Parts: sequence; structure tokens; C-alpha cells
Amino acid sequence: MTAQTKLGAGPGGARPWEPRLVAFFCNWCTYTAADLAGVSRLRHAPNVRIVRVMCSGRVDPQFVLDAFARGADGVLIGGCHPGDCHYVEGNHKALRRVQMLRRILREMGIEDDRFRLEWISASEGEKVKRVVDDMVAKVRALGPLGLPRRFREWDEELESQVALAKAAPSEVDAHAG
Amino acid sequence: MPGKPKVAFYWCASCGGCEESVVDLAEGVLDLLDAIDIVFWPVAMDYKRSDVEAMPDRSILASLINGAIRNSEQEEMARLLRRKSRFVIAYGACAQLGGVPGLANRFSRDQILEFAYETCPSIQNPAKTRPQPGSQDAGRMTTLPEFHGLVRTLAQVVQVDYAVPGCPPTPALLRQAVTCLLDAEPPAAGSVLAPDIALCDQCPRKDSKPMDLRPEAFKRPHLIRLDPQRCFLAQGVVCMGPATRGGCEAVCVQGNMPCSGCFGATSRVKDQGAKMLSSLCSNIAASSEQEIDRILATIPDPLGTFYRYSLPGSLLRARVSRQR
Repeated sequence: MTAQTKLGAGPGGARPWEPRLVAFFCNWCTYTAADLAGVSRLRHAPNVRIVRVMCSGRVDPQFVLDAFARGADGVLIGGCHPGDCHYVEGNHKALRRVQMLRRILREMGIEDDRFRLEWISASEGEKVKRVVDDMVAKVRALGPLGLPRRFREWDEELESQVALAKAAPSEVDAHAG
Repeated sequence: MPGKPKVAFYWCASCGGCEESVVDLAEGVLDLLDAIDIVFWPVAMDYKRSDVEAMPDRSILASLINGAIRNSEQEEMARLLRRKSRFVIAYGACAQLGGVPGLANRFSRDQILEFAYETCPSIQNPAKTRPQPGSQDAGRMTTLPEFHGLVRTLAQVVQVDYAVPGCPPTPALLRQAVTCLLDAEPPAAGSVLAPDIALCDQCPRKDSKPMDLRPEAFKRPHLIRLDPQRCFLAQGVVCMGPATRGGCEAVCVQGNMPCSGCFGATSRVKDQGAKMLSSLCSNIAASSEQEIDRILATIPDPLGTFYRYSLPGSLLRARVSRQR
């Protein structure tokens, strides 16, 4: 984990870049499927960090943007098939948000293959493997997104970075730097 | 004149509306001048940058800076005023969030300059002359500020103590901000000097907001006759109220226009646009991908709608793949 968290270091980094994916998996279906994949000894690409949420409908679009802003190269959301949601409609809400969020990401220059929503039921361990492997391959082909590094590069044009050293983060400057 | 506390006003990338909001105090400006001295205010008073440079550090109580940071001169002035002031206040949406000028973060510097100086339909520039940072004229060197690669909020350039939200802030918020700075105990560092609650909570149309919104299509305000009493969202019009901080006295709503989000989000929200997107899209009346897309297509410009004032301060800040 620690060695991999430092990946994406780029030039000077000891290891070559590896894609980093953040996956939000619903507790009732996709997370259980990922568990099943593990129990069944299915091997999928190790580039994914799974966050268990109670429902794909819990995934606030802010989570997705924050993951990208903090260095994720791709974000995957996994939920129950339509009609199977433990909370009746959570996955539909997720789909509606995702369809709009995709348009925002496109306008912000983030490629479609970096963001994906999949329906994976508790019995589809094999689909977890297939989806993760496929997405890692696609993101690998795109190369690093590297937003934290880009943010730093953008700010190199500023006169001095030192002024931004602050005692505590606050409401007005939470997004600074 | 060691008596009254000193206050400075400055503008960066802004339209002048924030300056107007000071003038909107009307005769109230006289009360303001009883309490403070304005030592720097380029739009109204003839003090120069060298006058500010000559002041001792931290001798100004507060600098109220409006406008986003778009070029090197604005950055320099922000740093200068930071050095000279005890408090720096991001005044208005552009300083706090990036504002409307921040929508330029969808484009690269080159795209912007090319449009402004070459392809814009109202420009005649066959020699394709562009402003240069420095140029020789009759043996004299003239300089222009450097146009930055992207628009920034004030807090992305200097440390900011407080923000007064709005496009522009209301005179009431300005008066309240100055009053609380004069208090023996100033507000908690980093706070936004406006109520920390969504606009819907203060909206005069609150009672007509349905519990269950199921929009089947969105209508743009100029395309329908707006009911002056009923919740805009219930009429299928995008209103940013649910994701926007209150404190504006709902002036737009009272003028029968939906909220466009200029007060930014409350303290619990990191990204106003994403939050609004979430709230608005979750319950549209469709379940298939195709139907969802059909309804969402009735919002033709989601970025300009959800991030109208907040793109530079948002989580992604600017379009990723802009060339320089």
C-alpha cells in the first residue's frame, strides 16, 4: 500500500507510474461481489482502492471530484442492478447524477474512460474482476491525470508560494493551493 | 490621524459592481466615515500605489479586495495590501470564489487572447497585434501586467481572513462586516460573514417548494412566464437556492428571477456546483439512461449554470487540458 501510494511520482520517482483508481462500491451488491471475487481467488489489477458505501446513491458528486483532485486517475462507482436497490431507488439517483457529472467532467477535460458506473450484483465476482481490469487498462492507456501535480505547475507562475503557508485551514481558504 | 481605524478598498478582475455596493450605502456612507478612514480606494479617491507602499506594515485595519486574480498586477496589489493590513477580506463573489470572470478557466490563455484580439466578430486587427508585457516606444520601455494562465480566487494567492459573499454583497452585509471588524472580538478567522444556511430556508416562496420534486424538463427563465409566487424548482426552472448560502435577502427571487448562486455554498459544502448538480438531478422523472439524458439536455450549459460564480474555487479549478 505505502509503496503504491507514492506512485505517480514521475521523473525521479523510483517506480514507473501505475494507474490509481478509487472505487465506491455499494455495501449490498458490488462490495459483496468484490468479497466474492476475493474468496474465489479471482485476481484483478491491484490498482484500485475500494471505498465501501451503503449505496451507490450515497456517492456525492463531490466525492468523485475530490478523488480526482487528490490524485486519482480514475473513479469507478459500483451499485446494484436497476430494480435491485436495497433502498429502492438509490442506484437510479446515482445514474441520474452520473449522467450529468459526466458532462461536467467532459467540459473540464477529463476523459470519459476515467469515470465509470457499473451495476454489479452480489453474485458477480467475476464482473468485478472484468470491470476493474478493463478500466485499469483504459486508464493506463490514457496516462496519469495527476491533478495535484498540475495544480502545483499552474501555480508556479505566482510570485511566491510561501505566503500560502497557513496555521490552520479555514472556510474561506479551504481550496487555496 | 492615529484616531480612526483605516480601511482600504481595491478591485482586481471585477466589473465594478462591488464598488457600486459601497456607494449603495447612500447616506449610510457618512456613518461609515464617522467610524473609519478610507485610505485607499482607486475607483473614488486619488491615492496611489506609492501611498500604500509608504504606509507602515499592518497599519490598515482591513483591506476589502474585490475581483478575481487574473494578472500579475492584481497579484502584486493583493500581496501589498496583505502586508499592510491586519485583515484581508475577499469582498464579493469574484474574490471569494472566482466569480463570472472565473468561467474563463474553461479556456487556455491563448484561446482567450486569440478570441479577444483576432476572431471576436467585433474586432478588426489584420496585423494580429497582441498586448505585450513589455514594449519599446520612443526610447522608453512601457510594461503591461502579465496575463496569468488561469483565474484565481483571492485566497489562492494571499492568505484571506474573511469573505463577504455576493455579486455584489448587499449594503447590509458590508455594514455588518465593518461593524464586526471594529468589535473588540472579531469573528472566527476564516469565516464567511453571512448566515451559514441555504437560501431556500430564507426564501419567501419556501412554502410552495414541494416535498417531492420530479422535474420532467427544465425551462430557462426567458422561455416561460414565471409565476411570481411559486417555487422556481416547482416550475421546472433551475434555481441554485438549495446549494447557495442565504443572506442576500432573496433579492433575485423577489425580482422574480431564480437564484444563480452568487453567495457560494455553505460551510458544509466543498463544491457548490457538484452539490447543486446532485440535488437537482437525483429526482428527475426518468430511470433509463436515454430518458435521463433527454431531460438533462434541457440544461444546455451545466458548467455555466452550476459553477457560474465558483469555478476557480471549485475542486477541479480549471479545465485540465488547456494548452498554455
